[in-house]
Amino acid sequence: MADRARPLGRAGRLGVGAGALVLAATLGPLAAVLAQAGAFSALGPADWAALRFTVLQALISACLSVALAVPLARALARRRFFGRGALITLLGAPFILPVIVAVLGLIAVFGRAGIVNMALAAVGLPGVSIYGMHGVILAHVFLNLPLATRLILQGWLAIPSERFRLAASLGMGPADVQRRLEWPMLRDVGPGVLMAIFLICLTSFAVALTLGGGPRATTLELAIYQAFRFDFDLGRAAALGVAQFALCALAAGVALGLSAPAGLGAGLDRVPMRWDSGGALLRVQDGMLLVLSALFLMAPLAMVIARGVPMIWDLPTPVWWAALRSVVLAVAVSVLTLGLALVLATAIVRLGPRTLGRGLETAGMLTLAASPLVMGTGLFLMLQPWVAPPRLALPVTGLVNALMSLPFVLRIILPALRDSERDFGRLADSLGLTGLARLRWLTLPRLRRPLGFAAGLTAALSIGDLGVIALFADTDAATLPMQVLRLMGAYRTDQAAGAAVVLMALALALFWICDQRGRAGAEL
Amino acid sequence: MSSTQPRPSLLEDDMRFPTIAAGCLIAMAAQAETPVLKVLTYDSFVSEWGPGPAVEQAFEARCGCDLQWDAPGDGAALLARLKLEGARSDADVVLGLDTSLTGAAAATGLFVPHGTTPKLDLPIAWDDPLFLPFDWGWFAFVYDKTRLPVAPDSLRALAQSDVKIVIQDPRSSTPGLGLLLWVKAAYGDQAAQIWADLADNIITVTPGWSEAYGLFLEGEADMVLSYTTSPAYHLIAEEDASKAAAAFDEGHYLQVEVAGKLANSDQPALADQFLDFMLGAEFQGVIPVTNWMYPAATAPEGLPKGYETLMQPKKSLLMSAQDAMMVRDGALAEWLTALAR
Repeated sequence: MADRARPLGRAGRLGVGAGALVLAATLGPLAAVLAQAGAFSALGPADWAALRFTVLQALISACLSVALAVPLARALARRRFFGRGALITLLGAPFILPVIVAVLGLIAVFGRAGIVNMALAAVGLPGVSIYGMHGVILAHVFLNLPLATRLILQGWLAIPSERFRLAASLGMGPADVQRRLEWPMLRDVGPGVLMAIFLICLTSFAVALTLGGGPRATTLELAIYQAFRFDFDLGRAAALGVAQFALCALAAGVALGLSAPAGLGAGLDRVPMRWDSGGALLRVQDGMLLVLSALFLMAPLAMVIARGVPMIWDLPTPVWWAALRSVVLAVAVSVLTLGLALVLATAIVRLGPRTLGRGLETAGMLTLAASPLVMGTGLFLMLQPWVAPPRLALPVTGLVNALMSLPFVLRIILPALRDSERDFGRLADSLGLTGLARLRWLTLPRLRRPLGFAAGLTAALSIGDLGVIALFADTDAATLPMQVLRLMGAYRTDQAAGAAVVLMALALALFWICDQRGRAGAEL
Repeated sequence: MSSTQPRPSLLEDDMRFPTIAAGCLIAMAAQAETPVLKVLTYDSFVSEWGPGPAVEQAFEARCGCDLQWDAPGDGAALLARLKLEGARSDADVVLGLDTSLTGAAAATGLFVPHGTTPKLDLPIAWDDPLFLPFDWGWFAFVYDKTRLPVAPDSLRALAQSDVKIVIQDPRSSTPGLGLLLWVKAAYGDQAAQIWADLADNIITVTPGWSEAYGLFLEGEADMVLSYTTSPAYHLIAEEDASKAAAAFDEGHYLQVEVAGKLANSDQPALADQFLDFMLGAEFQGVIPVTNWMYPAATAPEGLPKGYETLMQPKKSLLMSAQDAMMVRDGALAEWLTALAR
């Protein structure tokens, strides 16, 4: 590194500033909650129950998601069929699908008036209720099974095709391939996927808010919301917030330590040909699995679309206002996140393996362990003396959303920036290209693709977010997910579906537009 | 309903998108001279079938002002909202607390005395200096006679049955809090046991009354915590006599819903005018057929036809505002513990 000996430099100073900002915005609110609370309230039996429930449901959700994803990914890895590409693309969609839309779809399928209960009633069986622990787990599996499948499928596709060729020439059947190739891969990939989903489910709020059945099915995030919004008990909110932070930090630490090398050797990136696809029985098994999974993942969305599309033109005006507010918020969050991430990433790459560089990288990843609701509560307390609470709803929501997406965005752009600086950094240095000019002529063109993808992801996640906004939204500042929730609460199910279709369309459109803009310059 | 202002409530609005811009412009022009009265209330009050729209129209016709509702959730959440905003709240009047909450609400110091002694038709004497009642009713479990032919006849019988119920969270909803105090008033030290027995009857706990009643109507539960007056809605508005409120041996807990004026109001005269209007014939007349509760000051023409069919509890239970405040936290802990199992 040529500039290791140089002082921090402008990029470094900017990066340290951004890092300090992120740190302050992440840890400051926690401190504010603590200070305001004066002292922790002791956790009562119900809070311990919330802690137990949070861990238990996250564990079951993660295990179920991975257990179902393994055979599904295997079927996708070893079968070629019409629509396979489309199915894999579709599996990427639930990650950016607003949670409230998924919940609405699941109620349409598994709720009392849904298709499953109607079928059960038709054959004289007792109905099932979607409220409570099983509902929360069902929703988490629905939302995370596709992610798990994609990640595990990548593991499968990363096994060099030469290994399958070798296995075939050695006369291995499906069972041997499973033992020699697939198990070692799963042992490497599985735990990381499991922990990632466990972490996502730990901070679950919207699902527990809509499908949790009272104190028996309350997550820590929901308990924080209730302590703040129902009791205005800041001591309890603070104690719960610290418990949540500790839990997430522990899980995130374990997750980061879990990525182990695959040990399957290098290959020539040939498209794998599979000789171990077995007989008719295996084929039928894989086929059934694919059909059932596609049905499970698509039926709820199809229900929402079928119910919602005819309602779109009859939506009440506040829904459109909320939609406008949500789009503006999402765009602002994208710009803010990308700006922060670029400044941080530039400094991290500049500073290289120095302690300060590593510190900045850690600061950027810190929000992986943070609870959005604690951050929201704390930011509210910090800003409240200066700004009237209702005016804070959207800015605080935006800031928290930006901080929560920062780790993802950093992960997407850091490798690309490292490549760009390694390949062109010296040339740019010799041309004296620094500051904004370097950003314009080197960084932005080289990073166009990852930046587009990151912007799309951030915008989609932000527009669908139902978390902090629920803490203080009043009627004048509601976002679209909040309006969907209100319509559901008022049992305007059709209008809720209509608003949900709009929400889903906006999330997909924002993602697609940003991603396409990123790709458009890729031929450079 | 003729206001061109963008409506504060999602539910009462039916305008279409293209009208927004026009509405916005007119509203901005009108805002300059019209004083605004902000009333913080609960969601079902301002729903399109609730009293909100009629009350707004009638009051705006006489006050020369713009009445704006803010309805963030159910009644009990209003108090947390007030504590959160403190003296900064831009609301002038809070409408929709009840006697389970007035003790805690008075303790915030955010309310000022109403200074009036109106004539009321309440089952209890009224001498609260800060809050004025606008309606009242008895809590009850409502069921559908066609789906549940024989309803339990007491809280204890309900707890021991396998009838499925939906209730509201006592931290966010006044009916939920009412049930908490109902069980406490009827069973005292045994309340925890009743809740433990009730736990397996409860399908889910909703944040507000609207959600719970909606779940019941969708068929998710056999009974829902509501009011003895709820069947009147189905009878009068839908000509459906299938809903009934179960009479419980322990007696029924009373709810008196109240409104109060905030000390920080920038429209104190308008707020007084609103509280006065609240106990007048126009407001009180719509209460039985929109909020489906007994009016606090019955109109001269009496209650609407259909109310005479409603179940009349043999015994009323009610704690004083002071007692309710003292009992609440302990009762809530019992409830949380029993239901978290």
